[in-house]
Amino acid sequence: MKTTFKNIIYTILLLGFAYSTFAQVPSPASEQDHGIVLIGAKAHIGTGDVIENSAIAFDNGKIAFVGKADELGNQFSGYEKIDVTGKEVYPGLIIMQSQLGLAEIGGVRATLDNSETGELNPSVRSCVAYNTDSEIIPVTRSNGVLLAQVIPQGGMICGLSSVMNLDAWNYEDALYKTDEGMWLNWPSYYSRRGYGSNRTLQENKLYADEVKKLEKIFSDAKVYKGTPANSKLAAMQGIFDGSTILYIQADYVKTIIESISFAKKMGVRKIVLAGADEDALMVKDFLKENEIPVIVAPIHRLPKRKDSYTKAPYEMAARFKDAGILAALTYDNTTNSANLPFVAGHGVPYGLTKEEALQTVTLNPAKILGIEDRAGTLEMGKDAHIVVSDGDLLDMRTNKVTLAFINGRNVDLDNKHKKLYRKFATKYGQEITE
Amino acid sequence: MKKLYCLIVTIAFFTFTHAQNLSPVLGVGDERPEVYAFINATVVVDYQTEIEDAAMVIKKGKITGVGKNIVIPDNAVVFDLEGKYIYPSFVDLFTEYGIEKKSLGTSASRSYFSRQQVFDSKIDGPFYWNDAIKPYQSAIEEFHVNSKDAEDFRKAGFGAVVTQKNDGIMRGISALVALTDEDEEQVVLSGKVACGYSFDKGNSQMNYPGSLMGAFALIRQTFYDAEWYDSDSDKNVFDASLEAVTENKSLPSVFQVRDKINLLDVARLSDEFNIPFVMKGNGDEYQLLDEIVSTGAPLILPLNFPEAPDVDDPYKAILVPFEDLKHWELAPYNPGRLADKEVEFSFTTEGLKDKKQFRTNLLKAIKCGLSKRDALKALTETPVKLIGCENMLGSLEDGKLANFLVTSSEIFDPECIVYENWVQGRKYVITDSRLPDLKGEYTLALSNDEHFDLVIEGKPGSYSLKVKTEKDKTESGTISVSENLIYLSFPKDKKWVRLSGWMEDKAIEGTGVLPQGKNVTWEMTLEKAGKDKARKKKDEKLTEPGKVIYPFVAYGSEMKPQYKDFVIKNATVWTLEDEGIIENADVLVKNGKIAQFGKNINAGNVWEIDGTGMHITPGIIDEHSHMALSGTNEGSHAITSEVRMRDVLNPEDATIYRQLAGGVTCSHLLHGSANPIGGQSVLIKLRWGGNPEEMLVKNQVGFLKHALGENVKQSRMPTSERFPLTRMGVEQSIRDVYARAKEYQQKWEAYDALSEAEKLKTPAPRKDLQLDAIVDEFNEKSFMVCHTYVQSETNMIMRLAQEFDIIPHTLIHNTEGYKVADKMAEAGAAGSVFSDWWNYKYEVIDAIAYNAAIQSNEGVLVCINSDDAEMGRRLNQEAGKIVKYGGLSEIEAIKLVTLNPAKILHLDDRMGSIKVGKDADLVLWTDHPLSVYAMPSKTFVDGTVYYDKEKDKEMHNSIQEERSRIINKILAEGGGSKKGLGGSRSPMRVNDQFIYDDEDITDYTIDE
Repeated sequence: MKTTFKNIIYTILLLGFAYSTFAQVPSPASEQDHGIVLIGAKAHIGTGDVIENSAIAFDNGKIAFVGKADELGNQFSGYEKIDVTGKEVYPGLIIMQSQLGLAEIGGVRATLDNSETGELNPSVRSCVAYNTDSEIIPVTRSNGVLLAQVIPQGGMICGLSSVMNLDAWNYEDALYKTDEGMWLNWPSYYSRRGYGSNRTLQENKLYADEVKKLEKIFSDAKVYKGTPANSKLAAMQGIFDGSTILYIQADYVKTIIESISFAKKMGVRKIVLAGADEDALMVKDFLKENEIPVIVAPIHRLPKRKDSYTKAPYEMAARFKDAGILAALTYDNTTNSANLPFVAGHGVPYGLTKEEALQTVTLNPAKILGIEDRAGTLEMGKDAHIVVSDGDLLDMRTNKVTLAFINGRNVDLDNKHKKLYRKFATKYGQEITE
Repeated sequence: MKKLYCLIVTIAFFTFTHAQNLSPVLGVGDERPEVYAFINATVVVDYQTEIEDAAMVIKKGKITGVGKNIVIPDNAVVFDLEGKYIYPSFVDLFTEYGIEKKSLGTSASRSYFSRQQVFDSKIDGPFYWNDAIKPYQSAIEEFHVNSKDAEDFRKAGFGAVVTQKNDGIMRGISALVALTDEDEEQVVLSGKVACGYSFDKGNSQMNYPGSLMGAFALIRQTFYDAEWYDSDSDKNVFDASLEAVTENKSLPSVFQVRDKINLLDVARLSDEFNIPFVMKGNGDEYQLLDEIVSTGAPLILPLNFPEAPDVDDPYKAILVPFEDLKHWELAPYNPGRLADKEVEFSFTTEGLKDKKQFRTNLLKAIKCGLSKRDALKALTETPVKLIGCENMLGSLEDGKLANFLVTSSEIFDPECIVYENWVQGRKYVITDSRLPDLKGEYTLALSNDEHFDLVIEGKPGSYSLKVKTEKDKTESGTISVSENLIYLSFPKDKKWVRLSGWMEDKAIEGTGVLPQGKNVTWEMTLEKAGKDKARKKKDEKLTEPGKVIYPFVAYGSEMKPQYKDFVIKNATVWTLEDEGIIENADVLVKNGKIAQFGKNINAGNVWEIDGTGMHITPGIIDEHSHMALSGTNEGSHAITSEVRMRDVLNPEDATIYRQLAGGVTCSHLLHGSANPIGGQSVLIKLRWGGNPEEMLVKNQVGFLKHALGENVKQSRMPTSERFPLTRMGVEQSIRDVYARAKEYQQKWEAYDALSEAEKLKTPAPRKDLQLDAIVDEFNEKSFMVCHTYVQSETNMIMRLAQEFDIIPHTLIHNTEGYKVADKMAEAGAAGSVFSDWWNYKYEVIDAIAYNAAIQSNEGVLVCINSDDAEMGRRLNQEAGKIVKYGGLSEIEAIKLVTLNPAKILHLDDRMGSIKVGKDADLVLWTDHPLSVYAMPSKTFVDGTVYYDKEKDKEMHNSIQEERSRIINKILAEGGGSKKGLGGSRSPMRVNDQFIYDDEDITDYTIDE
């Protein structure tokens, strides 16, 4: 009887182990229940400042102190001290324009909730489909990405995006800023046709009709007073009062100007250009004059045209910075969102300082999203979104995240890759380096 | 190849008689003498002989005498051509004249998503298995005289054309036809002049070939099959196609190639099968002039120079690729440059929307350096010679066909008027020579004493009229003139004066009606004869065009990069050999090889590069790439080992330069992953600007692409009927072909073992290119490269290979390789993997970033590849991630993209590390090579700088300058603005960049 019971316990333990190893993402961390101070690291504040031998204290999910370790006051004596000497501390990274939690396995349609059918879907909300149990999320956050702007795609007006924190039990827990942005895919002047050496760009004959449709819905939404019940028009109200940001994706120099001018004419208060590339740079003065921030087109792409500058994608962030335009980065390949820090680092040899590069994935996205009072830097009073890395976070050679906190909660950095790594390294008797 | 072409001339020797009407006489017979004499003309006998004040006599459609002192038969109708010229009329070798274009199978049905899979021939009969092979077709079977088209050809100066049914890859036999309106039996001069080849499947709906390389393979196999069919008396099949292939070999062959690079590849085919192809070119030959000259192939050139692109709006102009602008400027120079190199060529009207454009463009080509002599040769002697019909056409000699032009002056004079085009002794008037030349200023006197000043402009047949009706007021009128009659009218005070009359000698007079209805008489007096307006334009100075660049795309150079010995001083050198990493060290390169490295070496007097603060590594070798290819998949059949990536090597792909900018110096160009067995790959060095041959890695071993899993079983296609649809079937597909190849190998071994005497009695086995490729694997002439994802299939392919004594040489992607790393190590399989790509499809959900490290730690030879035009630009970073994911040492990590792929590709004897004697394929990095902060400062291939960070920026700027220069030229010639500003604008269509990927199986012939 005794033995049997023991076996049952073992079986349960083993089952539990197997279950937690291969069928579940790690449990979200519990609320911060005591103060913590990280002592001794080089702190990259996100404002451009760097503090050597720093102390960063936080409690109740908020940052309580940022400064030199030797200036840490006595009021933090009760905090748990974590020695991070020799390491580097960063604000949690924010990924813009992401499909995290919506798109799981590219080739399997049943796992894709990122792109809705129809042309005009302003009322569609990304947050309700956000899957906190996506295997991609723990992989992403283990490289330092802690917040994501999750956006819907498809059609011309795609719907509403929300900012999610990347460690939560369910989408409501994950919500960090709800329905903050409306996504507009501006129609293309040109369509690509043909194959191989026959590939051509041809005028999109539907362009004028498509723009007319947009004109109509924007005009109708603007004067909408609640009747008849129309969830599409209702969902658009925020863009006129400034509570919702309009993110415009336009891919050609003329459509960039036309779309932004259109939005302004329609009375849209806050406009962001997404997918900003070589063409957006051609009209940087227009963007600057209109104070339009940009989300840079993913830099892991080829130069836009055959004649484009060989390094154009890599230097984008630096050129927008030179032009005085607020620019944030994204990573379009959702499953590899963990590479976000490296695309930021890639801007450094093209003219950004390392701290400016960091801002393209911290402070700049926070400003664009309107959450810079809570996130984006390591400053007193902000939410404690903190990443600790053994070395330079933005360089794959040195990025090794050992601790991460979201709202002060100590996030489990395990993920599917690490688990499979341990499983098979153990099988072969290899030394495990994680 | 050159010597082959003398064959053509001797092969075809036609006799012909002037077509006789064999129908019985109905009613009263009406046979005429049909003798004509043309006297006092300048007769251009051929492109190099001109006789002044000569006569020519023709009888029943043939020339019976040409020269100064010939007897004019007294039954001849005599034409006095005082001041006029006679030329042999032109011959076009590449037309579909008189052959009705049947609608082709809609190309849309060949797209990835809507295509129907067609594996069987749709043509019934004893024909070859593939219905794009139609060597049995004959143009005359479907030929019908088409008066309208014949007239257009005649107006452009042609008297005879070769017509061909342009349907299929092997198109069968063409016919030479005269451009008269008679019955077909009179018009056809020869029913068998040449046979045609192309890469266009035409009406065939079959999936195979689905790629250009597949078409190459099909042509090869068909030729081999025809040889076998011809020689094997024991064969138990009848095949009309193969019989035709053999018969057609006695005719000249015309191959319609796709572009200049394709032309070079067809020239290789020409050598392989000893068939001297005449190449129907595309007008881009000047871009690879030396290479094309050295093939020795005669060409048929179109004169369809590109229209000026729409460039006046700068935001639109950015869409026009650099090479299109360059080509716009340089295309008219093509014929002249080929002629200067003594390339034999003829012209065709093919590709022209309107045949009127032929003369315009011909004159443009002459303006751009083509001599008039060469122009005439290309229109007369060369085409005729290429089809062996020089006894019939091409010059004005006794016995030849009376196909000639009567012109007002030297024919390539822009002012020249072609009066008549005689075909087979039949006169066709182009411009009536009897029409008087009325250009000039006149005084018109009416019988009511009114006088007007008139100006007549234009050419006979199309005059315009201006009338001064009052002081300072000029009205446009209408004028119509025939040989003797004239009619003119013009408004005066918004009412019309209408005059009609006659011309006799110099007098022009008649009667007319005034607006009020009153009748008058009138006469016109010439005050001043008109001058030709266009003359002014003729002497316009041509501005020197831009230079040809190599390759002919952005970032190409006028000069190929020049090599010189050099030393890099004071850098951190990653040797990847026993010397490890040496700091503050030098690397000396001599004759393209690494000559010496170490601290403070004495380099002597060579170019010195300061490497302070920088790192040197061997060049990156990308084990899995699809760049520099025109197509990746023969996505039709499951087994396509017969296709060769070499056949579609494209050294002009911008990706090559972009990857040099990321430090790549050598790439393995693989077939895609559509089939259990794909095709034979090719290894290139990134010698940007080199021709296809120069790109090749010398003495390379072969690799054969295999693939397993989702792509092969077409699991993400909406419908598929192709076997296999499961991983079970995938194994069977490969096992089956291996078993057949074993048997085939034995058959050949048995045959090869026979004595010479026995061989004469024994038919050779049929050569099978598909099985040959697999036998090469058995013989280790080539090695297995297998695309695999999940562990079951990885395990399976290793076992299957071993069963057939093959090494499972390289397992690519191999995302679950970490699950069977011990088995891989045991089987001697190498892994070629991504660093961290995963979850983009179901079979990669267990892909992990630790894959490379686990395999490596287990003793597997591992490399990291790109399989991607973009990722290939930063493979150093991908290698850097493996330090993070799995803890590889930095040296082992950099080997993942240098020495390890070199070993996998059997190139480590010359590449992959910094070792004395190895190729100087080097990258000078601005920072630690595994760091995101590093980028190549210079990339060297064989010691030549192919990428330089500073020069890159300069080139970008000079591209902008050159673009701007050409755009200005377009605007100055009225090209761009015509469409751009206001009014009706033709829809814009510009070429755009296209990147082939691993999975793409779209049919290569699709154009929408």
